Amino acid sequence: MQNMSGMSRMLSLVMVFALGIWVTSSGLLSEIAVYEEDILYLLKQHIILVAASGGAAILVGVPIGIWLSRPIMERSAEMIMQIFNVGTTIPTLAVIALSMTLLGIGFAPAFFGLFVASLLPIVRNTYTGLLAVPRHLKEAAIGMGMTPAQMLIRVEFPNALYVVFSGIRTALAVNVGTTPLAFLIGGGGLGELIFTGIDLMDTGMLLAGAVPTALLAVFVDFVMGQAQLHLVPKGVNPLR
Amino acid sequence: MIQLENLTKTFETPRGVVVAADKVNMTVPTGEICVLLGPSGCGKTTALKMINRLIRPTSGRILINGEDTADRNTIELRRQIGYVIQQIGLFPNMTVEENICVVPRMLGWEAKPAKARAAELIDLVGLDPHHFLYRYPKELSGGQQQRIGVIRALAADPPVMLMDEPFGAIDPINREIIQNEFLKMQATLKKTIMFVSHDIDEAVKMGDKIAIFRGGRIEQYDTPDRILSHPVNAFVADFVGADRTLKRLRLVTAEMIADPGTPAVARGARPQEALQAAKAHGGRTVIVIDANHRPVAYATVEELSGAHGTVGDFAHPLPATVPARADLRAVVSEMFANDVMWLACTDDQGRFAGVVTQPAVTAMLGQSSGQPLTN
Repeated sequence: MQNMSGMSRMLSLVMVFALGIWVTSSGLLSEIAVYEEDILYLLKQHIILVAASGGAAILVGVPIGIWLSRPIMERSAEMIMQIFNVGTTIPTLAVIALSMTLLGIGFAPAFFGLFVASLLPIVRNTYTGLLAVPRHLKEAAIGMGMTPAQMLIRVEFPNALYVVFSGIRTALAVNVGTTPLAFLIGGGGLGELIFTGIDLMDTGMLLAGAVPTALLAVFVDFVMGQAQLHLVPKGVNPLR
Repeated sequence: MIQLENLTKTFETPRGVVVAADKVNMTVPTGEICVLLGPSGCGKTTALKMINRLIRPTSGRILINGEDTADRNTIELRRQIGYVIQQIGLFPNMTVEENICVVPRMLGWEAKPAKARAAELIDLVGLDPHHFLYRYPKELSGGQQQRIGVIRALAADPPVMLMDEPFGAIDPINREIIQNEFLKMQATLKKTIMFVSHDIDEAVKMGDKIAIFRGGRIEQYDTPDRILSHPVNAFVADFVGADRTLKRLRLVTAEMIADPGTPAVARGARPQEALQAAKAHGGRTVIVIDANHRPVAYATVEELSGAHGTVGDFAHPLPATVPARADLRAVVSEMFANDVMWLACTDDQGRFAGVVTQPAVTAMLGQSSGQPLTN
């Protein structure tokens, strides 16, 4: 296992190095560098879209997941989850398009579309994570005299946190990958360089959008992975 | 003191009404362990869980130290009752110390005394505080986890404890050790304890009283000895087992039926002295002791009569001795192993403390009342 990851790390380093040589020798780097100003401006738009829609999805999705897992929701929760599940089968491009028909063009429909697309994994993981907390832990907590709120905060949520984090990680990966589509409904972002590059058959412009998008996705996933490693309590964290 | 008065619980199920507890009446005196015993589905756990209101009684009352629990705030009530479950239920996200401090902190203790209490308790069950306080439950063995489960329930020093098959998931060797540890703790703590078990041996060992349940009713509520010697009906007799008389052996220690008057003489004593002592006592054997008062050999009246020299010349070495504090099961086992009718027992210092005979054992088992077993 250790050896495998070491091997693959070596391999990816070699590949990045080879890519670097190829990009420089073919003159692509200078072609990309032409768009430096655009990249920075659009990257900022892109990050704002990801952060705003992803953050909103976390702030809304986690409480919804908690609410669905409460005993009072026991009967209706599964049905509501089914509605959410049907929701995920809609392709994100369709979600964005539908969002445009409702909200017009610009930041708002892009934000809303991305928010909806990333909401589901968060709700689902929060819900299933909380339901998976062993029954005997809840019995011990109640028997010791915890109030429902104390039980949620001190026992249920910490024990579900690893699963919740996995949901957030998936949601943000979807979010970052979908954000270039925001350009199609006037939401801005790096999609502008990518789609225009495709239309003009301009490889430099295309890469000027695609490479930062890819790097951002890797970076976000890395940050989330680190957060999962360090924020989930040691006793319930399979990574530690 | 815990009192259950006409405690009843019925559940509505699709297949009709199920009665889990049917007018249960019992009193557990302060400082005693009462074991609720019965086959699964007999209502013992339901009865237990009604005490801390995890299950709401349909009717009837529960009084703790004379106070009706229905009048009290449920959350506060639970914080004053120690609760141990079979699955232990240590919170995996918290360290051992945090687990122990849960109830004290909810009761408003400062962090410092709560932590001091955790260290004190962990020491009490023979675990090293430096080693264990900052570990997570998953890093502990099953036996260690169960010890922590018990002391977590004791953390806020509750007068009453409820234990739902607390040692059920532990291997037999560790279970025995933890049971002994717990009984030792209970001897000083004197908690009032309701203890659910399905194991008659555990019940006999742990209980001051045993309540045998069937179909939500108490079939018999009595001391372990009375339950074993006088089962009230065929169900109880069947449940405690065909070897119930042998099980009573565990309830009695050797010193309770040993005859301390059996003559003991030094190796160098004259046979005449030994004979006189034996005659005064009425027995046919004298025990030979060494300078430290340890039993080492025996001689019979027949061999000694008319003999010359010292007792030591006629003595045979003792095949075995037993500690006076051993239970009769161990004593009888030792007798059978050595094919003898009697054994000398020794006190904690190894000194001669009397003789246990097979007739004395059978007389004890035959005694109709299991009460004071002085010989």
